[in-house]
Amino acid sequence: MRVMAQVAMVMNLDKCIGCHTCSVTCKQTWTNREGVEYVWFNNVETKPGIGYPKRYEDQERWHGGWVLDRHGRLRLRSGGRTRRLLSLFANPDLPTLDDYYEPASYDYDTLITAPAGAHTPVARPKSALTGEDMAITWGPNWEDDLGGAPEHAPADPNLAGLTERVRFEFERTFMFHLPRICEHCLNPACVSACPSGAMYKRAEDGVVLVDQDRCRGWRMCVSGCPYKKVYVNHRTGKAEKCTFCFPRLEAGQPTVCAETCPGRLRYLGLVLYDADAVLAAASTPDPADLLEAQRNVFLDPEDPEVRSAALSVGIPEDWLDAARRSPVYKLICRYRIALPLHPEYRTMPMVWYVPPLSPVLDVVSERGGDSADPDDVFHAIRDLRIPVEYLASLLSAGDSEVVAGVLMKLAAMRGYMRARSLDGSVAEDLLAATGMSEVDMEEMYRLLAVAKYQDRYVIPAAHQETAAALSSQNMGCGLDVDGGPGMGGGDFPLTGVRADGRIGLPLFVRNEGRTS
Amino acid sequence: MTTVDVVLWTVLPYVALTVFVVGHVWRWRVDQFGWTTRTTQVLESRWLRLGSPLFHIGILMAIAGHAMGLLVPKTWTEAVGVSEHTYHVMALAGGVAAAVLVVVGLVLLLLRRVVNGRVRRTTNRMDKALYLVLTAVITFGVVGTVGRNLLGGGYDYRETIAVWFRGVFWFHPRPELMVDVPLVFQLHALSALVLFAMWPFTRLVHVWSVPLAYLCRPYVVYRRRRPRTARLGAAAVSAPAAGVSGGRGHRPPRGPSFR
Repeated sequence: MRVMAQVAMVMNLDKCIGCHTCSVTCKQTWTNREGVEYVWFNNVETKPGIGYPKRYEDQERWHGGWVLDRHGRLRLRSGGRTRRLLSLFANPDLPTLDDYYEPASYDYDTLITAPAGAHTPVARPKSALTGEDMAITWGPNWEDDLGGAPEHAPADPNLAGLTERVRFEFERTFMFHLPRICEHCLNPACVSACPSGAMYKRAEDGVVLVDQDRCRGWRMCVSGCPYKKVYVNHRTGKAEKCTFCFPRLEAGQPTVCAETCPGRLRYLGLVLYDADAVLAAASTPDPADLLEAQRNVFLDPEDPEVRSAALSVGIPEDWLDAARRSPVYKLICRYRIALPLHPEYRTMPMVWYVPPLSPVLDVVSERGGDSADPDDVFHAIRDLRIPVEYLASLLSAGDSEVVAGVLMKLAAMRGYMRARSLDGSVAEDLLAATGMSEVDMEEMYRLLAVAKYQDRYVIPAAHQETAAALSSQNMGCGLDVDGGPGMGGGDFPLTGVRADGRIGLPLFVRNEGRTS
Repeated sequence: MTTVDVVLWTVLPYVALTVFVVGHVWRWRVDQFGWTTRTTQVLESRWLRLGSPLFHIGILMAIAGHAMGLLVPKTWTEAVGVSEHTYHVMALAGGVAAAVLVVVGLVLLLLRRVVNGRVRRTTNRMDKALYLVLTAVITFGVVGTVGRNLLGGGYDYRETIAVWFRGVFWFHPRPELMVDVPLVFQLHALSALVLFAMWPFTRLVHVWSVPLAYLCRPYVVYRRRRPRTARLGAAAVSAPAAGVSGGRGHRPPRGPSFR
């Protein structure tokens, strides 16, 4: 057993109203720079829908993630090491900007500088890539709230395996929002695909990062990641990705997306796991067993054996305490209501989701049932194949039973708390149906519904004694200079050593203006 | 032999090679962040997927051919029984094949860079200078190979250019050998010297980053946030702050991390 700690996230999809606050605050923090205009480390998709970039879940096309080879061994879907080196000259699986969208801005200047004329001046959209006029025909959330769904959404790869056809007529369809960030996987395909060894997983907290100084622009991480959450900065030619806001985590603060979420649907906490067990778990033959296999990789922080093993590899006491209080561990392993996104990619993702009950409740009400009556909801979950099967193709490698079980637990919690609030009675039948104790049920309710700040985010700060090392690493982060990587101003003497002690040159010329 | 000849065939090669070596050391030390292929495949993929492999494979073939023609003395090949004619036919076949690949690839890539507005906008002045020199080197080389050796009477560069080239590295420059070399080969050599001098300051540095180590590295790379400098005692041997850890498969580095 080799204990490692990982900061992980759970999102409660029932609470997501699709307001995109997380996306906007993340963009303001990390990707408001030239070269990454099209990049959203955090984006919110409406499901069903083809997503961002278009149809990224179609691994037959993009060859992201892992597969098992004939001998049952893990192999990157895009091929082995030699194959990858042979495709360095042109990556056959790389999406282009058209698969994301062409970033644009508006020519607002015309509005105030246009000469007097018969017509009101118009701010035209200009491509951020070419500066030319362009028609905006796609965007990062083009399908928001099922916009254009009758036309686009049938191409959602998750619909392929469904036994019934999903209808997209307004009254008959269903939808929910899916916020996505980097999964900071235990078995990251991007890291494994990086020929330069520039991508790495931090041993202390599992955050997956790109070393900007070592990235050589081979772009294999972008195609390797099945979630398409590594991006090419088209100005620097280097990879960039969600950093899990590591400077905030180190200070014990939640990520920007979590902190600013108005729906308070995100949970952050530690998970202890057995690093020696990851490879075997990711190689589980049946994709439907991957969920349980991954749960088994996680270690119980209450287990004295785990604690002593963790202490022996240097995980400090306060981190172990944080692991015991971790909301993420509770949602995944104790209440078992959080599920991983596409476990069948075999990357062992570490951002999990509580599936939304709302699509089911909508149908119950529509059919004249009582969405507050657990029996009606239970029947709907059992009868309705569409929302449950769809969620299963997203969150449990197609196993509808798993999703149905979680939804029933959520419905039972509603019924139980409703009875408790109305007349103080304890619905023993619901406790029996879910196999939960009174205490567990009410704690789960508090975590999901009341969701206090200190319960949602249990993040141990990085240790004081490592402060010097951290600040030296911050100075090594290429994202924090004025205007972002390679675009910082200032003097660059010939030795390249700047006033702050960093070594570096501005290489990239802004539209032929400045010299390198 | 005039002063100009000495400048061209003795001074210039040493200047170019010095700039090449010193320039690389300087760039490596100073500009790790800029050391990249500057990929534009996300901006345009269709032309690149055709042109880039053609160009790169052709160039690798050409480099191999140059290594054989310039570095291996004629006496050696003759010693193993390869006649001048056999050698000529072999070199010509390989050279023409490489030339076709390189030229088609280069034309596709240059067209792409000019025609596609997105790629054009990412092209900086250094890129433009590089493409100019690279095109010159390739043009003179192809004209020399195809025009002179295939269609013309043929020219045995192994008696002159190759000897001169090796002489530069033995610090035994023999500029007189280059004086009577046909113009097109002279221009090819001179433009190549300019290319070598530019090399460290362009995106060509990506050539030195061919990631062969990837073939034998563990898939998942772990790094410690904390530099493993022992804070106490005599064992204070500092390791790189963010070194890649070894081990096989999914093995994270051993040892305490937080103490």
